Amino acid sequence: MAEIITKATRESFGEALCEMAEHNPDIVVLDADLSAATKTSIFAAAYPERFIDCGIAEANMVGVAAGLATTGKIPVAASFAMFATGRAFEQIRNSVAYPNLNVKIAGSHAGISTGEDGATHQCLEDIGIMRTIPGMVVLNPADHWEMKAATKAALEYEGPVYIRLGRLAVDSFNDPETYEFHWGKGITLREGTDVTVIATGLCVLESLKAVDELIAEGKSVRLINIHTIKPIDRDIIIKAAKETGRIITVEEHNVIGGLADAVCEVTSAECPVPVRRIGVYDQFGYSGPAKELLDIFGLTAPNIKKVILEELDK
Amino acid sequence: MNQAEKRQLEILACKSRIGAIIGTFNAKSGHPGGSLSAADMFTYLYFKEMNIDPERPDWADRDRFVLSKGHCCPSLYATLALKGYFDWKELEMLRHVGAMLQGHPDMKGTPGIDMSSGSLGQGVSAACGMALAAKMDKKDYRVYTVLGDGECEEGEVWEAAMFAGHHNLDNLTVIVDCNGLQIDGTTAEVGGVEPLDTKFESFGFDTVIINGHDFDAIEGAMAKAKASDKPFAVIMKTVKGKGVSFMENEVGWHGKATNAEEYKIAIAELEKQLRELEA
Repeated sequence: MAEIITKATRESFGEALCEMAEHNPDIVVLDADLSAATKTSIFAAAYPERFIDCGIAEANMVGVAAGLATTGKIPVAASFAMFATGRAFEQIRNSVAYPNLNVKIAGSHAGISTGEDGATHQCLEDIGIMRTIPGMVVLNPADHWEMKAATKAALEYEGPVYIRLGRLAVDSFNDPETYEFHWGKGITLREGTDVTVIATGLCVLESLKAVDELIAEGKSVRLINIHTIKPIDRDIIIKAAKETGRIITVEEHNVIGGLADAVCEVTSAECPVPVRRIGVYDQFGYSGPAKELLDIFGLTAPNIKKVILEELDK
Repeated sequence: MNQAEKRQLEILACKSRIGAIIGTFNAKSGHPGGSLSAADMFTYLYFKEMNIDPERPDWADRDRFVLSKGHCCPSLYATLALKGYFDWKELEMLRHVGAMLQGHPDMKGTPGIDMSSGSLGQGVSAACGMALAAKMDKKDYRVYTVLGDGECEEGEVWEAAMFAGHHNLDNLTVIVDCNGLQIDGTTAEVGGVEPLDTKFESFGFDTVIINGHDFDAIEGAMAKAKASDKPFAVIMKTVKGKGVSFMENEVGWHGKATNAEEYKIAIAELEKQLRELEA
């Protein structure tokens, strides 16, 4: 069992940026006055000449990133998920994605676990917003090791990418000795035959806890980690639908537009099965400690376990 | 510049106006008004000012141009065709299915287009990114962008202006095509963007106000831009629809193409101007 590292994925992202920048002088990082929070501050400290603080002006930041990319640089533009994908949506669509420029958008403080800042800062729409843009890759890594691998893969990939970062420190569950990040491929964490749980982001660890309890109780539950929400791993979803006949999705996002929809788009076309969706049901969040909110919104192991049992009983 | 050189630019600008009318007529849509007001500036930039090579549109050290007011691409396309980036015949396919020339500039499909644009307010930011890249890489290329006066109502323009001033992008020249008209009326009635020179100055720019149809004035402005140690804004006063009598200063010609009869009149007027210039 690998050592557990408790770290917010935003921090793992900041570290990965530095590791990649050491070998690639084209990598430049932009932020909109939130570098201490998005953890691009780690990069800024190491490579100040390649860090551009754009001030509180996300639309311009994305446009500047696009201009930098036309010259061959690899810009990473970071802000909170809300402002990066919401405020600057149209700049991402028209100035980055339409010309297929090599810009990486990093959205930190995504989801309800942003916590005390409340609804205005708890972005529950970013995956949906980014997923609708043609050609945009959407990544939502689950732990420290996956975030580091995903960030590196995003920087090596030529084209626009959105990568979702969390504020809350979470335990790692992957083993760096054996972990492999494959672009667009889901990871089967537990094999099972009676139901499949498909989770993303910090909900993967919570699902893992729930599934392991159920396996210990003699149940057969499959668990899949989807770190690449677009392009989604169609094969792993179709296989799960065919073999287990029932799917549960788990995400820290509105059930509209995110992982649930991405999975349903595949199953409805290829192998229609019931899909139970765990997520935020089309409502705004509110202030509170992150862990409490995750419990209240049913995104932690106890509720996930309860839902799996309900589905197993059907 | 000498008189012969000036005459040559006037001829090219007239041809680019003809191209804009041909393109929008064949497309049965598009934006002739602003295309005609900016045609002289496009001509100057591509034939006198910028360090470019139509044989190498992706040359890394070239000067860059971003048409932030992307809808005015018909005369830019004509200028690019005249410069040799692609065949003039492409103008007849403007806005058609499968055409190289899209309704708004597409850097992936059109040689000579340095940035895709069309959504107003975004081009200055991209130009800032290009100018910043030159600074970071210690390259001496310059970046030019043309935007509309109505476009200056977009907040992103001022985010970008603040960025350019803050980073002292003295390799950036922002040109505002002040034709005084936007879709819903005059810029004075609709958005109240003036005064533009003092606005840009307060963001850290040096500025000059010129007649955007006078090549001597444009040359003087560009000399000042290069001499300045700050980002530079050229506020150019222009006539929307310049060169076609029934379009001049008429708000209705912002975004509609000529019909067959209007087309004949417009082309006849411009060809008459061309003959006089070439005489």
